[in-house]
Amino acid sequence: MEKKVYLDYSATTPVKQEVFDAMLPYFMAEFGNPSSIYQIGIENKNAISEAREKVAKLIGAEDKEIFFTSGGTESDNWALCGAVRMLRKEGKNHIITTAIEHHAIHHTCEFLKEYEGCEYTYLPVDEKGRVNPEDLEAAITDKTAIVSIMLANNEIGTIQDIKALSDIAHAKGVLFHTDAVQAIGNVKIDVKAMGIDMLSMSAHKIYGPKGVGAFYLKKGIKLPNFIQGGGQEKGHRAGTENVAGIVGFGKAAELALENIDKHIAEVSSKRDYFEKSLLEKIPEIEVNGDTANRLPGNCNILFHYIEGEALLLFMDMKNIFVSTGSACSSSSGAASHVLRACGIPEELALSTIRFTVGDLTTREDLDYAIGEIVQIVEKLRAISPFNKNNKWQV
Amino acid sequence: MANMYNDTVLKHFANPQNVGEMENPDAVGDYGSPVCGDMMKIYLKVENEVITDIKFQTFGCGSAIASSSVATEMIKGKTLKEALKVTNDDVVKELGGLPDQKIHCSLLAEQAVKVAIYNYCKENNIYMEELEGFDPDAEFEHDHGCEE
Repeated sequence: MEKKVYLDYSATTPVKQEVFDAMLPYFMAEFGNPSSIYQIGIENKNAISEAREKVAKLIGAEDKEIFFTSGGTESDNWALCGAVRMLRKEGKNHIITTAIEHHAIHHTCEFLKEYEGCEYTYLPVDEKGRVNPEDLEAAITDKTAIVSIMLANNEIGTIQDIKALSDIAHAKGVLFHTDAVQAIGNVKIDVKAMGIDMLSMSAHKIYGPKGVGAFYLKKGIKLPNFIQGGGQEKGHRAGTENVAGIVGFGKAAELALENIDKHIAEVSSKRDYFEKSLLEKIPEIEVNGDTANRLPGNCNILFHYIEGEALLLFMDMKNIFVSTGSACSSSSGAASHVLRACGIPEELALSTIRFTVGDLTTREDLDYAIGEIVQIVEKLRAISPFNKNNKWQV
Repeated sequence: MANMYNDTVLKHFANPQNVGEMENPDAVGDYGSPVCGDMMKIYLKVENEVITDIKFQTFGCGSAIASSSVATEMIKGKTLKEALKVTNDDVVKELGGLPDQKIHCSLLAEQAVKVAIYNYCKENNIYMEELEGFDPDAEFEHDHGCEE
């Protein structure tokens, strides 16, 4: 079989065999509706309870604080919409988040502004993608309903000091949400110790299935129900449960927690080998993000003088699958908003590739990719009008 | 292999024709759109108003590089007048089509060729009605669907 090297684990991950095996019975044999009160319904309900317990454990929450959703995006929507809808009657309609959030947060802010009269503030970040707690403190007003700051960034992998940020929000009586979609399984999370009121997560980033995620809501916080209908998820998120997906998420969460130390050590060691090799073999490349404090698998590299999509396309032709935050089809904001927020100029932000390694990445995969990337960069630089002596002048 | 581009585009992208810098060119044309993140440089050799040789260098995505390659193939051997008639639509057709959001990349080649010919004509005091009103420093004024 042709060699294929997947280096895009932050985009999604393959379902692990154990996870798949756990899910399988719930498609045919155990097909019942968990709301039914006969045997095959109750068995399903129990399976969901077990999964809830496993997902709760992964972040140090109680079972009753976990609500299953369709994924990270839905959980992000729930957090922001829920907070402003709950607090509007107290005159609070302001959301504070950061310039480097996922579109699930940014587009929800824009939606709430357009349709529900909310306001939002995007906090800046420094060159490594870190939020300054003082900026958060200064941004909070008596209208602020919620602060939402991602635990770890999807493009550059920067991990925020969540405790410092949630403390500031709480000191002013403001709810604190974090998008932990990239962080779960890669960073040890304890929602109680970190002072998190709400948290979003997704199964498919931790070797679980797509289309299922969860929302952690600290007990005692009475957000309005997010989806109206039957009594599923205590009525907060109605709709017949995605039982197989939830069971898969539970299994994936269990494995992630069991293996977290090993996972972090092994994945970061693969990433370091890959990154070090590229830096040794290719001149004029730079690592973006906070190298001292980032996701274990993340490696975001700026290749001077070549455009990211061309690089991605060439790698695709060599069966190496990576990601770029930029695309020349999208203009003002053609370059990644995350890199731009880190102060990287547009033309350089266009020259970056995000590599993310994971549990199934082998040394052989990395050696193949490194060899090909060296040649591809050389080839594209030979086509480029730019070089050390002739830089892009905007 | 599933790809957003067709085989012709991929062929030109993987093995672009007429790449590189030219020694002692008769004309050079630069065209770039920081907005869309691409930039092309064209070098021409001209004899009796015929383009006898052409080279290019491009910073840009796959369709920008493929468009550059195919455009240089199309205008090599043509008179300056004929070369000016090659539009980005012709470039797209020659490539067998580009994805909608990438059509604008083909303008890069059309414009860079125009700038090079404009520079040549200016240098050599040649009048071309096709270049009437052409501004080599103008930004893309078209709506190239550069939206999120």
